Amino acid sequence: MQETTESVGHIVPAKLYVTIWAILMAMTITTVLVARADIGPFNVVVALVIATIKATLVVLFFMHLRYSPKLTMATVVAAMFFLFLLLGLTMTDYLTRAWLTNPGY
Amino acid sequence: MATAVQTVERENYLNSNYGIKSWLLTTDHKRIAILYLISITAMFWLGGFFAMMIRLELLTPAGDLISSDTYNKLFTMHGIIMVFFFLIPSVPAVLGNFLVPLMVGAKDLAFPRVNLLSWYLYMAGAITALVAMVTGGVDTGWTFYTPFSTTYSNTHVIGAAIGIFIAGFSSILTGLNFIVTIHRMRAPGMTWRRLPLFCWANYAAAIIMVLGTPVIAITLLLVALERAFHIGVFNPQLGGDPLLFQHLFWFYSHPAVYIMILPGMGVISEIVTCFSRKRVFGYEFIALASIAIAVLGFLVWAHHMFVAGISVYAALVFSLLSYLVAIPSAVKVFNWTATMYKGSIRYNTPMLYAFGFIGLFTVGGLTGIFLATLGIDVQVHDTYFVVAHFHYVMVGGMVMAYMAGLHFWWPKITGRMYPEAWAKLSALLVFVGFNTTFFPQFILGYMGLPRRYHAYPPEFQVLNVLSTAGASILAVGYVLPMIYFVWSLRYGKEAGPNPWNAVGLEWMVPSPPPTHNFDETPVVTWEAYDYEHQPQEEVTVGH
Ligand code: HEM
Ligand SMILES: [Cu+2]
Repeated sequence: MQETTESVGHIVPAKLYVTIWAILMAMTITTVLVARADIGPFNVVVALVIATIKATLVVLFFMHLRYSPKLTMATVVAAMFFLFLLLGLTMTDYLTRAWLTNPGY
Repeated sequence: MATAVQTVERENYLNSNYGIKSWLLTTDHKRIAILYLISITAMFWLGGFFAMMIRLELLTPAGDLISSDTYNKLFTMHGIIMVFFFLIPSVPAVLGNFLVPLMVGAKDLAFPRVNLLSWYLYMAGAITALVAMVTGGVDTGWTFYTPFSTTYSNTHVIGAAIGIFIAGFSSILTGLNFIVTIHRMRAPGMTWRRLPLFCWANYAAAIIMVLGTPVIAITLLLVALERAFHIGVFNPQLGGDPLLFQHLFWFYSHPAVYIMILPGMGVISEIVTCFSRKRVFGYEFIALASIAIAVLGFLVWAHHMFVAGISVYAALVFSLLSYLVAIPSAVKVFNWTATMYKGSIRYNTPMLYAFGFIGLFTVGGLTGIFLATLGIDVQVHDTYFVVAHFHYVMVGGMVMAYMAGLHFWWPKITGRMYPEAWAKLSALLVFVGFNTTFFPQFILGYMGLPRRYHAYPPEFQVLNVLSTAGASILAVGYVLPMIYFVWSLRYGKEAGPNPWNAVGLEWMVPSPPPTHNFDETPVVTWEAYDYEHQPQEEVTVGH
């Protein structure tokens, strides 16, 4: 990654990139360390939370979303919203499937 | 014969240069539309051939013409070809590609090369799927349900899935191009409130293409990976869940049915107002209903899974949400009807097809509401009732709209008129043939005949024979336009820029349009569908 990379007329200082990179690395190490300990159902939760934060940082800084026009942000928010619909409505099935315990289910 | 008057041929997108290369490397949205037209027409006939084989087998109760294995492959390949390689690209990739830039007053789409790339991806996907089909076929149904597709089927599932995967990217790129073009390339004065409803409809469909298609792509990829490497996403023995596949599949494929109807609704809005000589009734409502359908369409998918073993509570939620989609659909139907009310209606071919659309789509949509009702769905799920429902919306709706649009804009695309009397006959044959084919299937399904079997009890024969007879009429109805469209290219009367006396930027340029569409960027100072202030002279063709 070049430090002269620019989005719509915005130049991001190299220091910021390095900081973000350091945070990403730190989080990767955390993921590896946490994976060694068994914390039951939280194994997945922790891994996913860390991964989500990392992805957000990449999108905001490396992909310059922070410095992009509103329309670009709206696009990303829309995509996230539909992902949320996919996960959320699917969960209405998985979370309530056991409520009604029919024999044979 | 028609060239007698013309001494110097005007430069247009068809004659600006010649040769195979000038077509295969073109970035002109109009030529790319033609490339799509030719390719999807080929796919339509192939899919139609499979359909005819299915109907022939069902002429008699016994499975005598083909084996059950072959039958499974036939309906699978029919479904895959018609859904992914004909209906999804039909109106957007052919008419949308041709018309969106013209309608917004632009010289091309926002990304002309990406547009060409989308056609190549479509071809690559189609060829991959076809190779899978000729080297042995697929028998999972177009829905690829697990665990059959991942574990038990011994046909070419991976090849077909990869073909659809590739074609999906072509659809994403087309959608992206429409969104950016409609946002950024509108001519001065072409505000959102003046945007033709055809563009609104394609914009809404484009949103679904961009947001939904990645999900089907990744899902089919997972099927392929599970089949090849047993990764255990869908297989319960490996800790997966087969129903997860259905959630992911229908998260795309229900919205996809709106990719398959919204652009058609856009066509109908244009035609109904033109041939009623009236401003469209409730412009804003029609425009926003498109967006509402696109968004609500994402909230209803599990209505395909009511009897699959999902939670009854989830089923309740999805049933209620499914009713909601009917509201914007009904808004459109009422608005078209109100547009015709007290209009001076002209019965040209595009309008006849549009009439067909409105009636048949209404039947299809309302039976969708039946199916979304939990109690009824238990009875008719996976019967011919469902088959009839979706053919009413997909063939009675979208294919009708596609034909309507082709007949409406053919003079613009080619500069030639087709023989109106033959065209009216084809519209009539399609309508009669379609109903004869599919109405009996509602009754068959209601009586309990399950779909996807090659044999059936003898008491169902009469209705099946009726259906097959109807399919033959329908086939004639589709062959006719093939013949007179090709005929018109050489012998058709010259159309002139605006044979229907329609409003809209696309009718203000010559037919066929010049390569760069507009000599100078148009400035729009009027609202869409300002038919009341149009000269009311008689349409120059027809009757
Ligand atoms: C008013 C809106 C609609 C509603 C409420 C609706 C509802 C439904 C329901 C509940 C089913 C599942 C039936 C079952 O398998 O038991 C279904 C199937 C289907 N619908 Fe619709 N529908 C609507 C509009 C459409 C439209 C506009 C299209 C296409 C243009 C369409 C295409 C399909 C297809 C392809 C299937 C069958 C999929 C398969 O199992 O192979 N529907 N519809
Ligand atoms: Cu659906």
